[in-house]
Amino acid sequence: MMNRRDLASLLLAGLATVTLIGGPAAAAEPKTLKVSPHASLRVLDPITTNAYITRNHGYLVYDTLFSMDAGFRPQPQMVQSWTVSDDKLTYDFVLRDGLAFHDGAPVTAEDCVASLQRWAKRDLVGRRLAAATAEMKAVDPRTIRIVLKAPFGQMLQALSKPSSFVPFIMPKRIADTPPDQNITEIVGSGPFKFVAGEFQPGVKVVYERNTAYVPRSEAPSAMAGGKVAKVDRIEWISFPDMQASVNALKKGEIDLIENMTADVKATLDGAADVVIQKRSGKSAATIRFNWSQPPFSDVKVRKAVQLAVSQRDYMDAIIGDEDAYQICPSMFICGTPMESNAGVVGTVEADLAKAKAMLAQSSYKGERVVLITPNIVSFSGLAPLTQQVLRSIGINAEIQTMEWSTFLSRRTLEKPVAEGGWNLANAVFTTLDLYSPLANLNFDARGPGAYTGFVNDPKTEALKNTFAAESDPAKQKAIAEEMQTRAYDQVFYIPLGIYNNFAAYRSNVRNFIDSSIPVFWGIEKN
Amino acid sequence: MALASAPPPSPARRLLATGAGLARSRTLVIGGGLLLLLVLLSLCASWVTATDPLQIRPRARLRAPDWTYLFGTDSLGRDVFSRVLHGGQVSLMVGLLSAALAAAVGTAVGLLAGISRLVDAVVMRVVDGLMAIPSLLLAVAIVSLVGPNLLSIVSAIAIAEVPRVTRLVRGVVLTVREEPYVRAAEGLGIPTPLLLVRHILPSCIAPLVVQTTHMIAAAILAEAVLGFLGVGFPPELPTWGNILAEGRPVFQRAPWTIVFPGLFLGATVLAVNILGDGLRDRLDPRLARTVKATP
Amino acid sequence: MGYLILKRIAAAVPVVLVVATIVFFLLRLSPGDPAMVLAGDMASPQDVAEIRARLGLDRPLPVQYATWLGEMARGNFGVSILSKQPVLDLIRARLEPTFVLAFCAIVLTVLLAVPLGAIAAWYHNSWIDRVVMAMSVAGFSIPAFVIGYLLILGFSMSLDLFPSQGYVSPFDDPLAAARHLVLPSLTLAVVFMALIARVTRSSVLDVLGEDFVRTARAKGNVERRVLWRHALPNAAIPIITVIGVGVALLISGVVVTESVFNIPGVGLLTIDAILARDYPIVQGLILFFALVFVGVNLLIDIIYVVVDPRIRY
Repeated sequence: MMNRRDLASLLLAGLATVTLIGGPAAAAEPKTLKVSPHASLRVLDPITTNAYITRNHGYLVYDTLFSMDAGFRPQPQMVQSWTVSDDKLTYDFVLRDGLAFHDGAPVTAEDCVASLQRWAKRDLVGRRLAAATAEMKAVDPRTIRIVLKAPFGQMLQALSKPSSFVPFIMPKRIADTPPDQNITEIVGSGPFKFVAGEFQPGVKVVYERNTAYVPRSEAPSAMAGGKVAKVDRIEWISFPDMQASVNALKKGEIDLIENMTADVKATLDGAADVVIQKRSGKSAATIRFNWSQPPFSDVKVRKAVQLAVSQRDYMDAIIGDEDAYQICPSMFICGTPMESNAGVVGTVEADLAKAKAMLAQSSYKGERVVLITPNIVSFSGLAPLTQQVLRSIGINAEIQTMEWSTFLSRRTLEKPVAEGGWNLANAVFTTLDLYSPLANLNFDARGPGAYTGFVNDPKTEALKNTFAAESDPAKQKAIAEEMQTRAYDQVFYIPLGIYNNFAAYRSNVRNFIDSSIPVFWGIEKN
Repeated sequence: MALASAPPPSPARRLLATGAGLARSRTLVIGGGLLLLLVLLSLCASWVTATDPLQIRPRARLRAPDWTYLFGTDSLGRDVFSRVLHGGQVSLMVGLLSAALAAAVGTAVGLLAGISRLVDAVVMRVVDGLMAIPSLLLAVAIVSLVGPNLLSIVSAIAIAEVPRVTRLVRGVVLTVREEPYVRAAEGLGIPTPLLLVRHILPSCIAPLVVQTTHMIAAAILAEAVLGFLGVGFPPELPTWGNILAEGRPVFQRAPWTIVFPGLFLGATVLAVNILGDGLRDRLDPRLARTVKATP
Repeated sequence: MGYLILKRIAAAVPVVLVVATIVFFLLRLSPGDPAMVLAGDMASPQDVAEIRARLGLDRPLPVQYATWLGEMARGNFGVSILSKQPVLDLIRARLEPTFVLAFCAIVLTVLLAVPLGAIAAWYHNSWIDRVVMAMSVAGFSIPAFVIGYLLILGFSMSLDLFPSQGYVSPFDDPLAAARHLVLPSLTLAVVFMALIARVTRSSVLDVLGEDFVRTARAKGNVERRVLWRHALPNAAIPIITVIGVGVALLISGVVVTESVFNIPGVGLLTIDAILARDYPIVQGLILFFALVFVGVNLLIDIIYVVVDPRIRY
């Protein structure tokens, strides 16, 4: 006699037959790569927002004059050749042959000048370049000339600036949009075209291969080299949470998850037909102080916290996987050209006794300090642990959690806590934000009005000016070391360690380029 | 002075009279007993477990349940057992406070609407408007806008429930007002507020108790859903909703981070709902059949 | 009858107006600043001020309100702050998945919960009744996201019967659509089924006590016939009413279900918009949901007027 379990399996078998009939259609269509991106793309203009997801979208659609290779060196991308005058004040850049926008128009020097000018109004390094520039113009349709007022040693680094804001090249008619207004038409000259008709914010973004694109002949290296599109169509599919995208990858419903933490990666370990790749770009967690308000306007209070922090505790607590994190006191991030251990104080292991002694000498009198944090996943754990560390040396810390936009506006306030201000905030950066002494936000030391925290140190600003003009790598390195020593001594912020994230894809996906920024050229799907 | 008709035994007395019968009802015993156990566990959390629910242990994260950590540890090495018990305090408090607030405000507004035509016209329009907005959406919108704290979450959940209570009370008032003994009292010139308190309010008690019980269950669930959607209490506060939300990304690796808070949440809501059903059957058999549908 | 229907429609208008007012003032409670999200991490205060001015966020509240009501009346729900697309277009693009999902859930509910409730009433106080009622209490007590995850774990990840997430339009590929819809419809239907089973049970219980059923029984009609032919149809009105009221429950369920199964409907749009603090979308959505609620209930009222001559307002 049939028992209940048999009946159930029979029913399930029946259902299974139905599912087989309705199974995925045979792959006669063009090759589509289905990707779960790290966030939903909402703003399409890479100059109005510094969101990473918009930057990644920019790399698919747009091209750049120069781009950064895996060794953090600028390499020509749209540029064929360039010359520098003997006084190092005049740069001539000649464009490659055959560059064309997705609407069919050729890329001209006029387009490049307009694009660079729009970018320079938004970007920190761009502003510096603009300030040093006397004139930027199109000499002929293929030649851009930049005439400087003073030497600017970081010219190629600026033009190849890899992370937001990136000097992407777009048609002049679009680049003439004011830099705080979103462009509405997404036309680039990059290896993929944005399909506006299929764009559903929060659901799906679709790109098609740009068949007219002429890639460079060099092998790809990070953002540099030949951008050869090998899939016909790319779909970015948004997911409400990581677990859902992990399930979808396991079942082959998507091909690639661009970015995940070590914890999520662990749920994919051993999954059939899934390849996990450690991403080379690293994230860096930090504690930032509000210099404009007591008690952290007192360097001794900042030093006390510096002595109480153990990077290993932070990394164990928020990452856990020892293969995925690294203790790294370098403020320009380990593994980059400016890495050094100059001036390092504390941070690697905690010294509570010394920290308490330092606090006792300071102006701190047991008042309540406010630690603000956004309610997003990549920050979870940082604030509670920071509160625990502060309490361990007797600083009475309160966490205030808020929504991301509130967090952003709150941390620009230089007012006392009682008037809605703040004392401490955690921040997370990536290597590309920090490797350059000029672009590194932790070294924005202009005081009031500077990057959140309002570090006020004219000496550092002077060092940065010297760095910008310097073109000898050895001297640049020496200046960077001096900057780091100063930052440790004055406790600009506290680095909490760096960690890797992971990408995962189906085993039929090949040649996903290992880069800090996920790029989709070179990638193949069988 | 003789009244036209003697008032029936007051519903409050009826409630007391059935008190003895309550204990005999099996659903009441099951629901009440389970709830009592869960409430006691949460209230005595600090005695039941000595571990601090907030203590982060960098080198003890995602431990499976053992004798040190009965329910295992979460992704920051915090003790899930201690978190679940302490979290219960907040979740239960949200349930009780929201239901009490909704019941109080709803009753007051409902009584007013029941006695004044003008108030009735205005209030019922607002109530209709509020009813037309899905309660979860209203709560999510309020909390995400005002910022998550006990006051905003309790009010947000309560606001969504107020219209239901208002309608319930207004309905009872309109019915009771037509009763001969109330009309007689009115005829005798008894002031309206007194009339409300002495004669009308007691009739609302039985349906209100039942409604409030179900609102407690709904409010505890609502807190969990707010946490799940990422708009609940600040994450550093252990509540069932937050514990569940934090367990979400590591669920398949460390199921205990979801299973135990989920069990406590489910058991509590179930116990409250069973209790509500039992109360309804006991307090008002007529009600049991007609209003049963809307917890 | 036409007069009655007109009266019903007229009564629905102030409700919509009240909702509109509630929504507008609700959203101005916010302490956050959308201009900051737009300007991003490195923007100067001037950048933020410019964006605020462009969006009209710096004008006085009454002016904002009047402007806004006028826009709503003209059907202009505004433009999403983040994506710059008209809110109406965004909502329209998300309608199909939600309606398909809700439709499947309602069909499932009617097919399963109504018979279950009727059977429970028929076997009043028996073990069948108890089981149905226990399931109904459980349905109210388990959060929808827990049910959703359990279904995914069991039927998608372990048994590999259904996809774990996503949506396929039934107009493109009916079979694939069906496979994608099974688990989410079930998840969405659970609470609704709990509700409808209860209402069916109590309405049928009421009807079973009435004279004509007793007469039918006395006439020696086959027991089952009495239930399905006489009792249930007469219990239909309260059941339909509750389906109308339950639309609100369904809408709340849609938000959670779509988030668990990654279905790109209005529910997911709601959560995205709230988390991103995209004012115009949130406003448009709450108004939209309220309109759906009012519309469905209006429709049910009209059906009563048409179907049941006893009803006179």
